[in-house]
Amino acid sequence: MSSEDYLKDISEIKTLMSKSSRFISLSGLSGILAGIYALIGAGYAYWLVSNSGRDYLILEGKTFKLVILTLLIVGLFSIGTAIFLTTKKAKKNEEKIWDALTKRLLTSFIVPLLAGGIYIIIILKQQRYGQTGALMLLFYGLALLNASKYTLGDIKYLGYTQIVLGLLCAVFPGYGFWFWVVGFGFMHIIYGAAMYYKYDRN
Amino acid sequence: MKNIILNINKAFDHRIRLGIMSVLMVNEYADFNTLKELLGATDGNLASHTKALEKVEFIRVEKQFIGRKPNTKYIATDLGKQEFKKHIDALEKLIKNK
Repeated sequence: MSSEDYLKDISEIKTLMSKSSRFISLSGLSGILAGIYALIGAGYAYWLVSNSGRDYLILEGKTFKLVILTLLIVGLFSIGTAIFLTTKKAKKNEEKIWDALTKRLLTSFIVPLLAGGIYIIIILKQQRYGQTGALMLLFYGLALLNASKYTLGDIKYLGYTQIVLGLLCAVFPGYGFWFWVVGFGFMHIIYGAAMYYKYDRN
Repeated sequence: MKNIILNINKAFDHRIRLGIMSVLMVNEYADFNTLKELLGATDGNLASHTKALEKVEFIRVEKQFIGRKPNTKYIATDLGKQEFKKHIDALEKLIKNK
């Protein structure tokens, strides 16, 4: 074999290694949109709470239900957009959307997220509201970090960022809302845009 | 130069075999169909190459049933991983020397 053949071998090895262990079709655009939804949702929630006569949330009452509903809608829209755009991108990349790799990616993402979600519901039931924002950021960050080994490296840094924000948020519980806005809103937009420019544009 | 050539492993001297090892280096395991799709190999072709790698104990085979379907998992052995690393290092040196 000539050295050109060896070079070809090596580049093929590299491609196979990353193709078989990393899902590369995550859409950056869906990150940007998720951030925008989060900002709109947060804006609406802010308006709701500041018009409710109190400047904090309690578990009973209409305002709280509306805020939860907003959160759910933001979540559903983000997930829907992510699935739609990622499927589209995977088709373009000729990458499979549902195989052993994406299953591993999803499990490693969903397990910490679900554990966090259930934990938040439990402490809300015990009427401890103060740490909700921090816990959401923290568990979301851990979920991202856990999933990042099966996908683009940028997700890892988004995970670290959310974890740090979550911890800071825990130190300043009064600013939970704003940390949430930064983490789920602005960070999604920033990282989404970075990924979009890096991978999506061509 | 002679040393480098010694480390070029005959067992990997084929595109499909290199491919199988590459995939198994970074994944805990891979099943037959996944390998087939990734490498774009035919059933018979892939089977003969996995057998060759199994024979030199670079990979391990686990057969099981998922429901009623037989499922074959391939796992790289420690020996296989070591040899593969040596092989890649040798390839890289060869290229650099040119």
